[in-house]
Amino acid sequence: MDCLEQKDTEATAPSVIERYYTRWFRADMKGKPCEDHCILQHSNRLCVVTLAETHPILQNGRAIKSINYKISNCCSRLNNKVSGKSKRGGQFLTDFAPLCRITCTDETEYTIYSCIRGRLLEVNESILETPTLLLEKPSTEGYIAVILPKFEESKTITENLLSREEFESIVSKRAVAQSPPS
Amino acid sequence: MLPLKEKDKPIVRKLLSSGCCARCVLRFCCVSVQAAYRKPPQDTLKELQAFISNTENSTSQESAADSTEENSKSHDAAVSEPLGEPPNKRVKLEPVGTEEEEEAAAPAVAKLKEEESSVCVACLGILQELCGSTQAVKIAERVKTEKYEFDTVVLSVSLPAQLCVREHSCWLHVKKELREKSMAVDKDNAVQVKEAFKWIMQGLVAKELGGVVVVARSLFEVSVEFTHPETDADCHFLASTCADCFKSTKNKQSVFTRMAVVKALEKISDAVFLKHYACPPAQPTSSCSPQYVQCLHVSIFIAGRYNKFSRCLPQTPWVIDGERRMESSVEELIAAPVLSSFRADGFNFSSSGREDVDVRTLGNGRPFAMELLNPHRSRLSKVEMKQLQETINESSDKIRVRDLQIVSREAMSRMKEGEEDKTKSYTALVWTRKPIQSDDIAFIDDIKDLTLDQKTPLRVLHRRALAVRQRVVHRMNTRFLDSHHFYLELKTQAGTYIKEFVHGDFGRTKPNLSVLLKTDTDILELDVESVDVDWPPSIPE
Repeated sequence: MDCLEQKDTEATAPSVIERYYTRWFRADMKGKPCEDHCILQHSNRLCVVTLAETHPILQNGRAIKSINYKISNCCSRLNNKVSGKSKRGGQFLTDFAPLCRITCTDETEYTIYSCIRGRLLEVNESILETPTLLLEKPSTEGYIAVILPKFEESKTITENLLSREEFESIVSKRAVAQSPPS
Repeated sequence: MLPLKEKDKPIVRKLLSSGCCARCVLRFCCVSVQAAYRKPPQDTLKELQAFISNTENSTSQESAADSTEENSKSHDAAVSEPLGEPPNKRVKLEPVGTEEEEEAAAPAVAKLKEEESSVCVACLGILQELCGSTQAVKIAERVKTEKYEFDTVVLSVSLPAQLCVREHSCWLHVKKELREKSMAVDKDNAVQVKEAFKWIMQGLVAKELGGVVVVARSLFEVSVEFTHPETDADCHFLASTCADCFKSTKNKQSVFTRMAVVKALEKISDAVFLKHYACPPAQPTSSCSPQYVQCLHVSIFIAGRYNKFSRCLPQTPWVIDGERRMESSVEELIAAPVLSSFRADGFNFSSSGREDVDVRTLGNGRPFAMELLNPHRSRLSKVEMKQLQETINESSDKIRVRDLQIVSREAMSRMKEGEEDKTKSYTALVWTRKPIQSDDIAFIDDIKDLTLDQKTPLRVLHRRALAVRQRVVHRMNTRFLDSHHFYLELKTQAGTYIKEFVHGDFGRTKPNLSVLLKTDTDILELDVESVDVDWPPSIPE
């Protein structure tokens, strides 16, 4: 028995994300409307934190003024260092640990959160040099951080998150609420 | 004649009267003539008796063999009474005369009687009835049932740890006596039970196995294990006196390993030892348990190259959360016929790199090697190896093996050598988001020795360290397929992650193909075309 030899045609745009990752969402992070986060969980349990397409930063043609991984006077995510296979030394994050603050040119400021418990492996430094990556490719090159959940928590950490369907239904309700009553 | 000296006499007397067997007496007297141990122990005993009787009565020069029952009784008196041995110590000399006579008529009965009468306090029977041609036949029979192929053999012995305690006790017993006579104890040159057993048994077993040669560094080892539950408690007092020597570890059945006991005995003072343990050791009621025989042939190594033609065949069994993901694997497909040909117990598979489950390995294939554990058969001719290769190839159309051969353990390291320096060739089927024409991708053919900075791919980051690794793509060639697809042939430094070079891995491989082509790219299929390692040597078809 052999598996299907798949040859994609133009019709189906393949994607690394669809193949290897599960999308999870957190809507209205910390009660702030539309500040949606998207967590891509790889089949190996590793998680990539990204902005959901619906995040205000990605709306209304906003541009980014600055991205700051220094989340307090004494803690910068840029100082995170992991060593060895066991990733010793990585900062341990909980659901509401801030990862960075992003300021847009219209002076709106947004905090991006971890959304899941785990060890911080890396933050995306490319978006510091090229902030447009965040706007153009929010779910790939414009990712925020990579987090490795504890092995024993790899299944449970996504329990508080929304599945794609749940998230989409929330987003569609928002659209209804926003559209003027007829 | 036994190679004993005058100074040995008190030792011989002391040991015989404390219940040591004849062979153990020789051991304590540092007799290193192997032939002396191979003699029937009854004869040795007689000689020993004659030897000590000469001291007691130097005028009597008659040999022990001729001594009458009356004589041995007089020895008995001479030996035990002046030394003031407690009466409960069974004196071995007494029954000898009668037993000798009986044995001539009915050896079986006599033997049984001896077994019953006195198990040696030092060797617990190992150098007595557990050491002789009957036992050699038993061991050989066990070995034969396994149907090993071998032409040399080495015997190894595993003994109960309490033997060390008993040996120590015997030495202290001897020491007491010698100190009175101000003589030194020659403990270092004493013969170990192990040694004596091997001297006696190795040749006998080899003979029973059809006259194979006994070689110290034989590839084939027969190990004999003795246990003696009755006296296991002998060691226990050491745990309280030398607690630091007996640290419990998870994987050990008992803390009283031979090494730990030896260490504890080196530390313990004579006074403390004597306070806790009888000197000489107490008489056991039974000999060691029937021995456990284990055979082991050293690993042999085979090597070859494999092709993998399936995109759903992992290289090694793929198990997630204890559940099997794919039904087979390259190593299992190769191993099954190999294990049955060499009749090996198990294997360790290694290869020059590895491919993902969905990647094929074409061309000359990927070098691999296998360690075969405990092979019952170790030599296959070139023709037989060829047949084995055929068997593997006929067993599945998912893989193919070539250059299958037996190699040395040392040669195996050639495969892992310079794993970073060698090159590999691949073909990738690439998808582009923007429509392309063949002109759009032609520039890729001109790129030479492109250095990539690859962060450890997210795909493997959970089990590998995070690092940025520089890898070189030596050459690339494109073959246009249609407006969204082309084949990309690459020759790269080993260790380059091709999939990540094509899709970019969230921009973590730089540059990547989507950067070069200025559009999203993805990899749909990947084939390894060659692994450029010149080992193992190719075998002409």
